[in-house]
Amino acid sequence: MSPRPIRIRKVSKPPVVSGFKPFGNKNTEKNKSVFLHYEEYEALRLCDYEMLNHHQAAVLMDVSRPTLTRIYSRARQKIAEALVDGKSIIIEGGKIYFDSDWYMCENCGCNFNHPVKTEEIKFCPLCKSNKITNIELGEEYDENYKPRCDDICICPECGYEQPHQPGRPCKNEICPQCNNRMVRKGTPHSRKFNY
Amino acid sequence: MKIAITSTGNSLESKLDQRFGRCAYFIIYDTETKGIEIIPNPNKDVEEGAGPASVNLVASRNVKKIVSGAFGVKIKSLIDSLKIQMIVLKETDKTVQDIIDMLNK
Ligand SMILES: [Zn+2]
Ligand SMILES: [Zn+2]
Repeated sequence: MSPRPIRIRKVSKPPVVSGFKPFGNKNTEKNKSVFLHYEEYEALRLCDYEMLNHHQAAVLMDVSRPTLTRIYSRARQKIAEALVDGKSIIIEGGKIYFDSDWYMCENCGCNFNHPVKTEEIKFCPLCKSNKITNIELGEEYDENYKPRCDDICICPECGYEQPHQPGRPCKNEICPQCNNRMVRKGTPHSRKFNY
Repeated sequence: MKIAITSTGNSLESKLDQRFGRCAYFIIYDTETKGIEIIPNPNKDVEEGAGPASVNLVASRNVKKIVSGAFGVKIKSLIDSLKIQMIVLKETDKTVQDIIDMLNK
């Protein structure tokens, strides 16, 4: 097995506000708002503000590419809904989350964050070496990285098996032999082939 | 200062546990008193929410740093917001004692 590439989420900017309110629409009811989850905000920020591609954004968020695409389209749909229907937007975690800078120690190989921004960091907290480098975007993702998992999709009709693609529901997979929808191996629907 | 180290066993000869939320034990080391506290992780086998529950556990001991093999994305944000430093050592054979020795250097 090849070693897993080091993946650390990039320094992320917390949302600066907790939400947005529409103006000029007197018909807007108070409780009509869309709730933007933190990961949706983050996907929008990475894809549309930082202009990263979906692969890069997926790596930074530590999710599979299909999952990132799903989060991202949900985010766009919510923003569109707010614009079109005159709803306000509430951003989850607007005040809670923040990501500090991450560093790598060349001496002991550890990675660490630096949560106290007011103090300068010069030494590795573990081995006290001063050979530390700030982990920048670009060094931290590996183009060849593909999320792996050991799950198997199985066709409940003919028993055909294929490796499960993380982030892609098995039922979206079509059996190449008999064109049935597939299921996750080991679940009750696939029982027929578990013995 | 207190530092939590995720451990595969209940002794200092145990290896660093690569998981945070579902590690077998937390070993809490106090750099001032050199005291050791060994806590079996009650969240080891829970279905959901092991990460946040483990964060609460170590945060309640006033830990300022955590040494482990990996932290999930959401957990990173949570730990970050508590101003606790995360030290990630991947694929290591180091024992808890090795790590304490490094911290004492
Ligand atoms: Zn180091
Ligand atoms: Zn089939």
